[in-house]
This record gives sequence, C-alpha cells and structure tokens, in this order.
Amino acid sequence: MKAEQQYIDLFTHYEALICRQSAEVLNAPRAKAFADFERLGFPTRKQEKYRYTDVDEYFAPDYGLNLNRLEFPVNPYEVFRCDVPNMSTSLYFVVNDSFYKHVHPSAQLPEGVVFGSLKDMAVSRPDLVKKYYAKLADTSKDAVTAFNTMFAQDGVLMYVPANTVVERPVQLVNILRADVNFMVNRRILVILEDGAQAKLLVCDHAMDEVNFLSTQVIEVFAGENSVFDLYELEETHNSTVRFSNLYVRQEAGSNVLLNGMTLHNGTTRNTTEVQLAGRGAEISLCGMVIADKNEQVDNYTFIDHQVPDCTSNELFKYVLDDRAVGAFSGKVLVREGAQHTSSQQTNRNLCATRESRMYTQPQLEIYADDVKCSHGATVGQLDENALFYMQQRGIPLKEARLLLMFAFVNEVVDHIRMDALRDRLHLLVEKRFRGELNKCQGCAICK
Amino acid sequence: MLEIKDLHASINGKEILKGINLTVKSGEVHAIMGPNGSGKSTLSNVLVGHPAYEVTKGAVTFDGKDLLAMSPADRSHEGLFLSFQYPVEIPGVSMVNFMRTAVNEQRKYKGLPALTAGEFLKLMRQKREIVELDSKLANRSVNEGFSGGEKKRNEIFQMAMLEPKLSILDETDSGLDIDALRIVAEGVNKLKTPETSCIVITHYQRLLDYIKPDVVHVLYKGRIVKTAGPELALELEEKGYDWIKKELGEQA
Repeated sequence: MKAEQQYIDLFTHYEALICRQSAEVLNAPRAKAFADFERLGFPTRKQEKYRYTDVDEYFAPDYGLNLNRLEFPVNPYEVFRCDVPNMSTSLYFVVNDSFYKHVHPSAQLPEGVVFGSLKDMAVSRPDLVKKYYAKLADTSKDAVTAFNTMFAQDGVLMYVPANTVVERPVQLVNILRADVNFMVNRRILVILEDGAQAKLLVCDHAMDEVNFLSTQVIEVFAGENSVFDLYELEETHNSTVRFSNLYVRQEAGSNVLLNGMTLHNGTTRNTTEVQLAGRGAEISLCGMVIADKNEQVDNYTFIDHQVPDCTSNELFKYVLDDRAVGAFSGKVLVREGAQHTSSQQTNRNLCATRESRMYTQPQLEIYADDVKCSHGATVGQLDENALFYMQQRGIPLKEARLLLMFAFVNEVVDHIRMDALRDRLHLLVEKRFRGELNKCQGCAICK
Repeated sequence: MLEIKDLHASINGKEILKGINLTVKSGEVHAIMGPNGSGKSTLSNVLVGHPAYEVTKGAVTFDGKDLLAMSPADRSHEGLFLSFQYPVEIPGVSMVNFMRTAVNEQRKYKGLPALTAGEFLKLMRQKREIVELDSKLANRSVNEGFSGGEKKRNEIFQMAMLEPKLSILDETDSGLDIDALRIVAEGVNKLKTPETSCIVITHYQRLLDYIKPDVVHVLYKGRIVKTAGPELALELEEKGYDWIKKELGEQA
C-alpha cells in the first residue's frame, strides 16, 4: 500500500474534528488541499524536485497525531534557559504545533506587532490571516504542502505593520515532545508590511527519544522596502524526519536573508521558493549542513526572478562525514523581461569519507539577455597542502582538519546579521565537529 | 643537532635522494645550493615529514632523537621549522587563530600551560616587528591575498613565534625584491642564537650576503657532491655549476 492512502483515510474520517479544533480561515483551504493531495500522491524520486528524497518511505510508518489538541505537559521555560551572552531576544515557544501561550513578560514587541498563535489570530484577526494564509504555498504543486495544509491546525503568525522596526530579534523554539512516535504539522505565517523590519530565529528541537516526523510550511510576505532575516537552526536527533517548505514573496526594494543551518538531524528535506516580484528586491539565501552517521539533508531551492533589477545570492555548504548523504538542487529562473538581474549561486561540499555522498545540481534558466548570472558547485576533500602546512607548524592532523572544516562552514555563519548569534554559532559549529554535540541537548542556542 | 646518514627518498616510486650525508651542529648556518631538480626541496620536505615522500633508506637524528619516527607536528614541537618555498593560503583560518593553535600545541607538548589571549596577542605584537609585518595582515586569513614578499615575511614571523632550534629556509629569497630580501634576512639574523641552526636552500649568492653561511654544500642528482666554506657560493655565482659537473666527469 502506498503511504498516502492511510492519510487519505485519516483525513476523511477526522476532517470534522480537525476543523473543529482549528479556525475557519485555516479550514477554508483544506478541501482543495485534500483534492490536490489525492491527485498528486507523495512525490516519487522520478520527480525532478524530489529526486534525492523518497518521501513515501518517510510517511509510511505509523505516527500519532494530536488532532484533538490535547495540551502537552511541558513548561518550556523550565527546560530552556537562554544564556547566550549578549543575545537578547523575545523568546517564544511552539510545543509540537501549538503556540505556548504563557509567554514570559520579557518578550517585548513594538506596538502593533503581532507574534502569536496562528489559530487564535485566525479568529481574532480573520481579515489579516485570510488575506495571506495559503496564498503562497500552492497546494496544487507540492504534495507535502498540500499534506500540511490538510492537517495543520495551528502555528505562528508574525505580523509587522508598515514602517515598524522590530529591533530586538524574535526567537521561536519549536519543541518536539511526545511519548510515542509522533507527527507534527506546523504552520508559520510571516507578514511584513511596507518598510517593516524584523529578524526571526527559529530553532527546532526534539525532546524525546521517539521517532518524530514534522512537516512545516512557512509563508513570508515581504512588503516594499521591508528587511527580514530568517535563521533556521535544526538541532534534533537521528530519528527525526523533517519536511519544511518555505515560500517567500518579495516586493520592490525588499531585502531578505534566509539562513538554514542543519547541525544535527535524522532526515531533512528543506524546500525554499523565493519570488522576486518587485524591482530592486534582494535575496540572500544561505545554508549550512554538518552531517555524519546516516544523516541525510536535501535542500531544494528555487529563486524566481520575475521582474528587472533584482539580486539573488545563494551560498550552500555541506560537510559530510561517515555515511551521511547530502543533496542540493538550486534552480534559478530569470523570466523574460527580468533585465539587470544579478544572480550568483555557489554550492561547496566536503566529503570527509569515501562512504559519504553528495549530489549537487545547479540549474539556471535565463530568458532575459541583459543579466549577470553565475553558478558554481564543487565536491571535494580537505586541502592536503593546507593540512601539511599546519602540521609543520605543530598543529596535529586532527586539529588541522577541524580548523579547515570550521573555516569551510564559517563562511556561511559569517552571513548572519546578528552578532551574538554569529558568535554563538561559531562555538556551536566547533562543538559539533568535536563531537561534543552528540544529540539534541535541548536548545543548544539556549543552553 | 641534525645528523643525516645515507638518506634515500623517493616520490611516486622515483628515487630523488640517493644517499645524503649531512651534519649540522648548534649555531651553524649551512647553505645548500645546486641546479634545478637536484633534490633540494625534496630534502627539506623529507626532513619535515611530507607524506608524499617515502624514505627508502638511511637515518636522521635530531637532538639525538629519531626524526623519521615522529609525526610532522611532533617534529615541529621538537624545534624543526620549514620556511616554505610556496607558503599555502588557508582561506577562513585567521592568522591569529592559526598561530595561537600552533603556539599552544607546542606548549602542550612541552608541558607548559596555554597562553592567555592577552599574553598571546602581546607575543604576536612583539614578533611582528621583527619582520615589519603589517598588523592588518595578522588579522587576515593565513596567507590569503598576501603578496609574494608578504608571504615570505609571514614565514619568518611564524618562525619568530615558534622559536625553532633548526630552521630550513627553502628558497626564501625567491620572488623577493631587494628591500623585502633585506627585511627577511635581517629577521632571520635577529632570531639567530648560538643554540639555533639554519639550513639555507638557495640558488643565489645574494641571500648569503645577508645570512652568512659557515658551510656551503652543492647538491647534485640526489647527492652532496661538494662541501666547502662560504667562498664556494661566490665561486658558483661566478662560474655556474658546469665546472662541478666537469669535476664529476660529466659533459656540461
């Protein structure tokens, strides 16, 4: 039996319950999502977009779902204590897919800014949520997005009104917490109106030694001249499967930085699709992967240059050890008339063992003639000459290898536009390579 | 200090060194000259333990210890330093981080506590002056974007930081203009003590005008074919190597 049938049955049986425990605005797109999912089924590796991840295989096992919205007995503030030096954030938690409502008073946001439960906001601000929800994440094109839209009942809304600057970064910690093998379908909606500015750090953590499968759909609307940073840090464990689809639409003059860092995981598939829809929009899309054992990380990115004068810079770096498998597919589309596009894509990878594997696939489609586009991909080993040079200076081989590996991924870390987070990540990367970060220790950022 | 006996070494199965015998005592400066391809760089690479070279025969002792049995890092800790002919660029590794790791690894080997950040930076400042290395360079990645002269100065700076007993300068003069050559050579001379020794590998006399050798060797086809005082370097500068080849009974 193909894996989708059990979910088709599940949805058919429990649609009423799912809807009752959610909000009208979130329920509206479910029927179409269900029809799309039935039609699409889980993608197979024959589909270009999912060549490197067998989706069906990951959805096949039985997972528990919390369709009844039972509250999980956990106080995240007791579990996590943020002691990042100099990093002051407004801290929020999502336990599985439920927004944790007892927010610490230290989380302060400027007037008019909303950060809270998507479900609650869908009730209290239906106009706002309705205008944006499921408008970017097209269920007809991606079965995982359709799946998430069918089952998602809650998540987070971040709303920054026009010309409002959120100085202090917002930190969202996703906690996976369950006693049985468990599935979570989470949704994040980010709306930045014209001239708004904000930084969001999302950390994923698995608290229990069970199998987790999470799907996440993030939609980001960046208004004209808005500035938005999204840092995603995955720090889970080897029996976690993550499917995350991120959709971004940028209006004229907006500047967005996306930086996805996989420090520890089981199987991860990240899809990132960015529409540069207004002139002069700029996207910086970065990713860093450190994987070992049997970990798998597959990043698929699509940058759509729809109009002239936009800039995209893409940098992904992987370090693969043991039997880890990495994949990167990066598609850049420059549409007809999108003149003066500047686009650069770089993917560099280190395979530390013969058993580790990297698949990389840059794809450029250009339909305009006055553009500046480049791409480059390499898979290699550590520089032998550099290793010897360091050893001659008294640095033992093992240490020399570590230094080169830090240097390799730190190029991605250096793109972070939050000083304290950048410093913290330099340390985390070092710990990760030294094997001192063997499994999720709660939030490594916070603890 | 260094005693090389009947050293044979090969790379990719090709024998380059065919029986080197050389003894360097404390406080001595030895110059090794010779035509291209005679094995000069191979000798320095073998001494510091480059993995591409295989020692097929012979022995090397350094301060009485079996040098060839040591890892490259331990050879460094024991006080052997190579100024590379082509210093390697290491993007992303800062000079500060690189040198701090190197210095503290050496201290660990000697059973000394690691330097604090303050002590280390002070040491860096002092040693930088010896070769007039710009503080900006010290904050950059190792050798990245350095000019040829800056790279060589950086080598001598690292030598100053690590205070080796025996330094091998492999064509340190190549690619240097007159001013840079003087600065580098003066740096080497400032670091010289009666307890430290130096092997200078060069094609030209001009470096030896600054760093005065006690002994000059000619390496040819993997063997030391002639050893004499400093006057030999002058003679080579004037006459080239052909007369030595003739002496060996070869056609020029």
